[in-house]
Amino acid sequence: MLDIQGLRAKAGDNEILRGIDLHVGAGEVHAIMGPNGSGKSTLAHVLSGRENYQVTGGRVTYQGQDLLALSPELRAREGIFLAFQYPVEIPGVSTTYFLKAALNAVRKHRGLDELDAMEFLVLIKEKMSLVEMDQALLNRPLNEGFSGGEKKRNEILQMAVLDPKLALLDETDSGLDIDALRIVANGINALRGKDRAMIVITHYQRLLDYIVPDFIHVLYDGRIVKSGTKELALELEHKGYDWLKSEPPTVH
Amino acid sequence: MMSATEHTGRYLAAFKDWQSAANGNTPSRLTELRQAGIASFASLGFPTPGHEDWKYTNVEPVVSRPFGLVNGEARSLSSALDLSDFFVEENAPRLVFVNGVYAPALSSLQDLAGAARLMTLRDLFRSPDTTLLSQIGQHANYRRKAFVALNTAFMDDGAVVVIAPGCRLSRPIYLVYASGAGEHPVVSYPRTLILLGAGSEASVVESYAGVNGGTYLSNAVTELIGESDAIVHHYRLQREGAAGFHLGTLAARLGRGCHLTAHAISLSGALVRNDVHVSLDGEGAECVLNGLYLGAGKQHVDNFTEIEHVKPRATSLELYKGILDGASHGVFNGKIVVHKDAQKSDARQTNRNLLLSEEAAVNTKPQLEIYADDVKCSHGSTIGQLDPDALFYLRSRGLGPDAARSLLSFAFASDIVRRIRIEPLRRQLDDYLAATFRDNRVSP
Repeated sequence: MLDIQGLRAKAGDNEILRGIDLHVGAGEVHAIMGPNGSGKSTLAHVLSGRENYQVTGGRVTYQGQDLLALSPELRAREGIFLAFQYPVEIPGVSTTYFLKAALNAVRKHRGLDELDAMEFLVLIKEKMSLVEMDQALLNRPLNEGFSGGEKKRNEILQMAVLDPKLALLDETDSGLDIDALRIVANGINALRGKDRAMIVITHYQRLLDYIVPDFIHVLYDGRIVKSGTKELALELEHKGYDWLKSEPPTVH
Repeated sequence: MMSATEHTGRYLAAFKDWQSAANGNTPSRLTELRQAGIASFASLGFPTPGHEDWKYTNVEPVVSRPFGLVNGEARSLSSALDLSDFFVEENAPRLVFVNGVYAPALSSLQDLAGAARLMTLRDLFRSPDTTLLSQIGQHANYRRKAFVALNTAFMDDGAVVVIAPGCRLSRPIYLVYASGAGEHPVVSYPRTLILLGAGSEASVVESYAGVNGGTYLSNAVTELIGESDAIVHHYRLQREGAAGFHLGTLAARLGRGCHLTAHAISLSGALVRNDVHVSLDGEGAECVLNGLYLGAGKQHVDNFTEIEHVKPRATSLELYKGILDGASHGVFNGKIVVHKDAQKSDARQTNRNLLLSEEAAVNTKPQLEIYADDVKCSHGSTIGQLDPDALFYLRSRGLGPDAARSLLSFAFASDIVRRIRIEPLRRQLDDYLAATFRDNRVSP
């Protein structure tokens, strides 16, 4: 589904990704861990088309297409979804209005009929139960004044509605207490499926107790320095990241 | 090129011609007012950019045009008029004027059950109600302001709304001022008087719009008096044509405990200038000024607001927001004067501007004059572009850049629109704004 080869990217003069190789198959859940500043969030943003980063080398193939040639909206319509670490607050636009516009843009691209207000309401009500979200939030301006937990639940709700093929979850556990973490993780688990791949980016092993990945990769200084299965997370929990810093890069 | 003095002379000559052609039936009070207006204009002349209040707005393109006085086109325009262009609710009580001429067939003077009187200015001048008549010219300052002076000199008709003390009107009253022109540019001078008796409550919507592509000037003056404890919701909507010029003044005087919410929504027009002058002339009076102005193409839109805290414990709360696209130019001037005796005044002013293109520009200027020592006064202004993080967030959900920009522009305007309490009006404005931002796509 996703094939990343030798991906390099910089922000300004600062090279952040220094040759990433990663292969993600349909239905797989990959976790990317690593210390702060290792390039985890940059990878997620580069994959979703953020223009602040300049790709300086490598290739990304997504479902047979050159992903890097697509605009952010085309990537979204083709099934890539980024759950933001810091969802943006947009006063003046309700979640419902925004999400209906987004869903219809995606559906139009996929050759499906646009949903009218009633059809959308039925759909969103069903998806809201996944993240135990209060319906009142839907009519409030998007993310404005939402608690950390509400924002993250809203991200997962959007993911459920937009039905992506590849979900990039950027530090979805940050700023969540244990109850909110459980709710968000349950929502994400319910969206796992054989056709949907996920890349879960996290600093802590804690999230992976709830979302058990098929593979774990450790990113350090812009490269994947270690890959393994879920047991690697426990090893990292015990030893921290320092022992990896001297390891030679492994290729997954 | 003609000089400002020559333009002034042209208007003085037009006044003279108009007066000598008039029959002898003009009520004496009206003649007096007109004479006072033209005398004041003769000494003031047109403002130049050297004038502090006109620093960012050059009226040369307006005053140099040879506008004819109202001509015979009003009737043919009336038949083509679509009231939905004016955001008017169906079946609402309304007075409609076309190029300043009353259009009875389009108006609806409903039985307001003694709670309110709705009449034309001509009716008022014919009536024996001298108390009401004496209000005209008392609030809009023709001695200091050239365009108010011209309106006073040339005033011929307009609307009068009087709400009886203690009465609450549940339905809004609409005053519609339509303008349009054929080959020859025309000018009209709509004059409105709104008086709310003690303890009364009403909503009045003034809607100004162009009905064809013609070149015209609408020089409009509204005087609004809120007596003690009255609650006034005033709306001024402008949707002037691409070659329409609008110079408007709202002068309000609020008595003790009176509460005015005034919305100024400027959607279009070649050059628009809105003067708002509120005098908080009673203890505990309150005014809330909400403004939204859009600019596109080469439009120029200037909001000049002036709030005077005359008596103690009055509150003013002002929020004006502008969205400027193309090579348009926006101006906001927020003057607040707190008089010596107006202790415990509370004045808050905010002006926010969104620039959608490189060529668009805005000048924003707070102007505080405080002569009392125990007051709370704050002001703030911002000028910015669309937030790139918000744009990316929307695009990452599948919205194209145009759709994302239009959604964010709509969102920027929405906190002003949300304050509109007349639901059908709010809905129509929402639709209008959504369509405008969708159609006026900005190049990336």
